[in-house]
Amino acid sequence: MTALRARGVRVRYGSTAVVDGVDLDVVAGEVLALLGPNGAGKSTLLGVLAGDVTPDEGVVELDGVDVRTLRLADLARRRAVLLQENRLSFPFDVADVVRMGRAPWRGTDREDDDERVIENVMRTADVTHLAARRYPTLSGGEKARASFARTLAQEPVVLLLDEPTAALDIRHQESLLAEALRWARDGAAVVVVLHDLTLAAAYADRVVLLAEGRVRGEGRPHDVLTGELLTDVYRHPIEVVHRPGSDEIVVLPVRVAALEEIR
Amino acid sequence: MTVTQTHPAAAEAHETAAREAATPAVTAHEAAGPAAAAPTTVRSALRGAAPRAAELVLAPQAAGRRARTIALLSGLAVALVVVAVLAAGVGQLHIPPPEVLGAVLRRFGIDGGAAATHVNTDAALWTIRFPRIVMALLVGAALATGGALMQGVFGNPLADPGVVGVSSGAAVGACTVIVFGWTFLGSWTAAVAAFVAGLLTTLLVYATARDGGRTQVVTLVLTGVAVNAVAGAALAFLTFLGDTQAREQIVFWQLGSLNGTRWPYVAVVAPLVLLGILGAGLLARRLDLLALGERPARHLGVDVERLRIVSIVLVALLTAAAVAFCGIIAFVGLVVPHLVRMAVGPGHRVLVPASALGGAVLLMCADLVARTAVPYADLPIGMLTALCGGPFFFWLIRRTRRSAGGWA
Repeated sequence: MTALRARGVRVRYGSTAVVDGVDLDVVAGEVLALLGPNGAGKSTLLGVLAGDVTPDEGVVELDGVDVRTLRLADLARRRAVLLQENRLSFPFDVADVVRMGRAPWRGTDREDDDERVIENVMRTADVTHLAARRYPTLSGGEKARASFARTLAQEPVVLLLDEPTAALDIRHQESLLAEALRWARDGAAVVVVLHDLTLAAAYADRVVLLAEGRVRGEGRPHDVLTGELLTDVYRHPIEVVHRPGSDEIVVLPVRVAALEEIR
Repeated sequence: MTVTQTHPAAAEAHETAAREAATPAVTAHEAAGPAAAAPTTVRSALRGAAPRAAELVLAPQAAGRRARTIALLSGLAVALVVVAVLAAGVGQLHIPPPEVLGAVLRRFGIDGGAAATHVNTDAALWTIRFPRIVMALLVGAALATGGALMQGVFGNPLADPGVVGVSSGAAVGACTVIVFGWTFLGSWTAAVAAFVAGLLTTLLVYATARDGGRTQVVTLVLTGVAVNAVAGAALAFLTFLGDTQAREQIVFWQLGSLNGTRWPYVAVVAPLVLLGILGAGLLARRLDLLALGERPARHLGVDVERLRIVSIVLVALLTAAAVAFCGIIAFVGLVVPHLVRMAVGPGHRVLVPASALGGAVLLMCADLVARTAVPYADLPIGMLTALCGGPFFFWLIRRTRRSAGGWA
């Protein structure tokens, strides 16, 4: 069941095409990782999927309906977005920030669940102990987790995450992506932009590798994340190894040459 | 309550359907129509939820804030009445509070309070002091609410109708009425001119500062600087054009004063202010969400562009109401919302009414000082508020820069 479908998406900033003819299907029940080097167009593509960026060409459909024609309120009840940067103009408490995620459900039956959902997503994101803190006083990682909790509080069926783990420590990186995967298994379609390829390989059902706005590889992590392709796309020697005793793959940059040269 | 609806065939779904791009995406959502409110495939966050006892974690925090909010709002309401009664009694003719209450009750046909001890008591109260006090209350509420609204829209605690140029724009409108002696709308002329000019100014600023459907705060503030300069030149030109009487009127009006307030003026200002405050109250929840930023607010269903436009019209309305008869009274819109935020947090559902009350109390106090500090003289109230508000602004800038996050 395709939840999100992008066809021929092209976004130009000036004369450069940041996203250049991308087709994408995100299926309910799976985690799709968007990978690629800086400037590959990952965040822009995520913006298009979210309905924030109007593509110069192409269309994005959410359950068969063009996202640009959906009412914002209806869209908000189905898809949630976590951006890279999560600022706040006024010093709201963390609990208030998470509660903002419930706004789309105001006036519906599900409003009755507000407090329980807030409690629950705060525990999931490990921010319960920060509930009374003012959001601007949090560290970067704590802000990211509080914002993740806010995103989950929306109870979305489509979850779009832009580098959600960038500011997190290892434990919270793993638990965030595990939660994203659990969310998918419960029926949501999850798209996550990641830089950590090993993390992507572990948690994504499918990966899409972008470079210069084009799809360079798509499929199961084991099939797409090969040393050869990654070395080419990232323009840096990269090795993919299988972890002994498991089917996990580990993506490692090869550093010998560069280090020798410097030393 | 749906605790968890595991997606049927979630596992197979991505194996089979993922590659079948040609398959029409007929889903449960579609069957219910694109505008169906709640999706049928509901993803609940309550998977494996702990029992309701967990709610206790957030309960004490909420209770503490509710208590502070109630204390603040009721405290301000009481202060409003007390200051109003005291202010009505102070002046060349001293009238004790019981007599003030008596005068109010008598007007409404109720016996109570003390009888007047001076023949002029009722006349002094009803023709001079009451309209002035009510005007101070209305203008204070308008300025503080306008400030809170503007800060919310631009996500910046230092934003203010004065900064963005609405006040100067409105002042040009009102000044034109003074210089050319227009009266085509009766007592509404100055207010309407101030509103039209203020709104045009704001729309100009808004259109100039907007880029690709977004408004950068820095661009907006810089545009405000330019607009303020042009408006200042227009005011100077109008002062030059006017005859001696108009000139004097403009000079004192620019300093801000509630002197000479009459009921017809109050009748013009009151509906504008009430409309503005009511509108601001209706936008409160959306302004909270806007604090997350424009994109996150959109993701939560807020039509950000419309919110901005409506807010700007309301700010122009409130500013025009304040400026039309009383001139430029600065810093109330900056000081009051900030103090309220410090007391009860930044949530707009409390900030808007508390700012309205606080602004009313503050301006009544300021006006009391303005007309009593120097015997037989009426100090310009705008001068007073700027005298106190200016240093506060300095302090605010330093404090905001130091505090975590700053003001993006």
